[in-house]
Amino acid sequence: MTTSRRKFIKISALGLGGAFASTSAFSLFGNNSYLSEKTAQNIAKNLKKTATYCEVCFWKCAAWAYSDENNTIKKIIGNDNDPHCYGRLCPRGTGGVGMYADEDRLKTPLIRTTIDGEETFREASWDEALDLIASKFKNIKEKYGAESFALLKHGSPGKHLEHLFKAYGSDTIAEPAYAQCRGAREAGFNLTFGSWIGSPEPTDIRDTKCLVLIGSHIGENMHNSQVQEMSDAIDNKATIITVDPRLSTAASKSKYWLAIKPATDIALMLAWMNVIIKEEIYDKAYVEKYTTGFEELKKHVANFTPEWAYGITTIQPAEIRKTAREMAHAAPAVIIHPGRHVSWYGDDTQRARAMAILNGLLGSWGRRGGFYFKEKISVPKYPHPKYPHPKWDWSDIGEKFPLAQMGITTEVIKCAIPSKDNKYPVKALMVAGTNITKSIPNKKLLEKAMNELEFMVVLDTMPMDVTGYADVVLPECTYLERYDGIRSATNREPSIAVRVPAVKPKYDSKPGWWVAKQIGDRIGLSDYFRYSDYKEVIEWQLQKMGTSLDEMKKIGVKNFPRTSRPLYLEENEDYEFPTESGKIELYSKELENLGFDPMPVYTKHPEPPQGFYRLNYGRAPMHTFSRTANNPNLNDLKSENNLWVNPKVARIIGLKKGQSVWLKNQDGVTSTFSIKVRVTERIRWDSVYMVHGFGHDNKKLTRAFGKGINDTQMITKTMDDPIMGGTGMRGNFVTILTENPYKKQAI
Amino acid sequence: MRYAMVIDTLKCVGCSDCVVACQTENDVPIGYCRDWITETVDGTYPNVVLELKSERCNHCATAPCVRCCPTGASHIVEGGIVLVTADECIGCGACIESCPYDARYQHPDGYVDKCTFCHHRLKKGQLPACVSVCPTKCMYFGDLDNPNSEVSMLLKNRKHKTLAPEAGTNPHVFYLI
Repeated sequence: MTTSRRKFIKISALGLGGAFASTSAFSLFGNNSYLSEKTAQNIAKNLKKTATYCEVCFWKCAAWAYSDENNTIKKIIGNDNDPHCYGRLCPRGTGGVGMYADEDRLKTPLIRTTIDGEETFREASWDEALDLIASKFKNIKEKYGAESFALLKHGSPGKHLEHLFKAYGSDTIAEPAYAQCRGAREAGFNLTFGSWIGSPEPTDIRDTKCLVLIGSHIGENMHNSQVQEMSDAIDNKATIITVDPRLSTAASKSKYWLAIKPATDIALMLAWMNVIIKEEIYDKAYVEKYTTGFEELKKHVANFTPEWAYGITTIQPAEIRKTAREMAHAAPAVIIHPGRHVSWYGDDTQRARAMAILNGLLGSWGRRGGFYFKEKISVPKYPHPKYPHPKWDWSDIGEKFPLAQMGITTEVIKCAIPSKDNKYPVKALMVAGTNITKSIPNKKLLEKAMNELEFMVVLDTMPMDVTGYADVVLPECTYLERYDGIRSATNREPSIAVRVPAVKPKYDSKPGWWVAKQIGDRIGLSDYFRYSDYKEVIEWQLQKMGTSLDEMKKIGVKNFPRTSRPLYLEENEDYEFPTESGKIELYSKELENLGFDPMPVYTKHPEPPQGFYRLNYGRAPMHTFSRTANNPNLNDLKSENNLWVNPKVARIIGLKKGQSVWLKNQDGVTSTFSIKVRVTERIRWDSVYMVHGFGHDNKKLTRAFGKGINDTQMITKTMDDPIMGGTGMRGNFVTILTENPYKKQAI
Repeated sequence: MRYAMVIDTLKCVGCSDCVVACQTENDVPIGYCRDWITETVDGTYPNVVLELKSERCNHCATAPCVRCCPTGASHIVEGGIVLVTADECIGCGACIESCPYDARYQHPDGYVDKCTFCHHRLKKGQLPACVSVCPTKCMYFGDLDNPNSEVSMLLKNRKHKTLAPEAGTNPHVFYLI
């Protein structure tokens, strides 16, 4: 095995996998589509129904997996009693069958080796792979301390490995879900209301009268219950106001679409505050009783008139006033939605603060149709010895960002690059359930860091790009093939859901909990894993919670009554917000003390130079991150992304619909692959747009390889949020190449 | 009994869940579909209108596919559902050509296939798979002969349209606009 010069290996070679006959399931019902109805009925009777919750995204909807006698998942249907999905999965959940069936899945452990000077992977047994990993755990601890072994993770497998790492003595743990996604809104709302937004968001969309989406595109992001509730809101004739430079799906459902100039949201929000305060249409009683800093805010926004904002945002003053009044009219049943992926421009905590302040002025926090007080039920901790105390951890690594509430992935990665100032050397890395080469921008830095590592192990179900950098690759079985931790999330009413294996793991794949335990057992941490099957853990926990695994297998989801407090504030209730002042902090002393603006200010961000367009990116409803691009069912719905360009731009450059183009960004980085042009009036002329998660580098992803452009590859300039360390990714500009830039090299 | 589907374009987000739910329910091979999403964009930035909708066989009362089928494989059953008896289908493709909605495709096994309104589910008292999965609840299904059914009420109270009315097919899929 080689550990230096970590070259990307496209997982392949050396007899990997062999020929696994892909069973064609579709002729199951025979050739006769009419008679097949009867056959279908018969077969339907034999389908086994197993309780699970989805892992295709983070919403974790509870569902029933239907499998046949051949150990094949036939379909997956939402659990009617689940507040995450109300019995209706999204396309990705329904298409979860493809995650299981994907013939490109990782099939066996792989170990990096060199043959004839070429780095490649060879198949290995679990014992060999785990022994090797265990030896590295011991070795790193002896040489540098356990803290130097870092974990980057996402989702359910991440939880099991987090336990392993903490038991081992390392809390050098981070996930892209924070600094590269929703961290800024958690910080911004926490500063204002003393409470995280969390997931699912406690937005009372179904009962709202006015939903304000600022760059958040519900309907393209399929955050299931939110999409459903937005639909209910449409039925209820709620006003939707969407602020987006692109006519998103949500914008098309909106009474008001404010086609804002990118990167100017804060100016619009300051103008809204100006109107709401000047016209005295804020919730006076609420502001008086529950907030602090109103006078300072009033003074602060006095000059931020709609006319001022017009010059910045390109939104007409009359529109700004009208929409502000609509919000106030609907208040308190109004939601300025905090969004989810908000790591945009580096002032994202302040942007989230502006949203939070608007909600405070309109009195929507703790009100019906605004934000409800969320509640969850805590799952009893399965007994284990205390975790050792690491000498340093994620918070030390992120110390220059005072309000980072979780590990900052990019900072942890930087620690892998040796330097004199690096007090927190990261020498080994485990990556679980996250394709960091697609979720983390600035690939050069990432590759440099990975190159410096002494050891890197990746756990995934698919040969994602990141696996190509690993020394050891472990094939995880999918969520449909394993037990997992109990899902307990915040909601209107607490609920739990269980995940029970519907079928046996395909190939030689194993559950994340098993991998964690196997490593733990090998490095003397057996006391932390006192079970032979994770089933025992959840059985014990469920019993403590007054139910049982047997019951949960039958019902899948259990809802519990609220015990904390009512869902909304009572009339004139004396309520202390969990902030330092006990009030909603319109003016933040905490920020002031840390040397930041106590109230949001608008900062002008760089604009694209001539011939360049701002690169915006977003979601397609049938895909999750870069994780689902190869899923046969979901790939069938959307196999590549497109470059959205305004017809004006198309005319100037001479672009035609469907034409393949390449992109080059402001730093001279050219896209590896091409992308097909989509000429559409749905986008502004100063920006281009693509769906995130395409342009896969690994040929082993046979359907996804080379399809479309990876937006993250074009993101080489990032703007750090000084407050919480978020990675602003919307400040990259691209120019469109109509000629293949690699043509010459081919000759 | 006259089955109809009513789809609210004001709520549809075009997520394609109906497509994948149909595929898994009806074992539609990957690469084919019995239903699909269309997107129409009108206007000039920033005065743009977008319509998203889920389309499929319209189960026409005056079905050109049934009329032109040389073997009788395409036929209408109770409730007005247009079906294809695969055993009787010779795969000539006349029905595919005749359909103004492009709703039929040739199954890799040779016969012509299309939406059945999930006939097998209806018999069990279940809704079509697409209707039951839709996260926006924008799809409604029921009996047009019953004036109190959800579909009848929606068509009575809401502005709606059908696709290609000029084809004179009397379709049973309606779109609220």
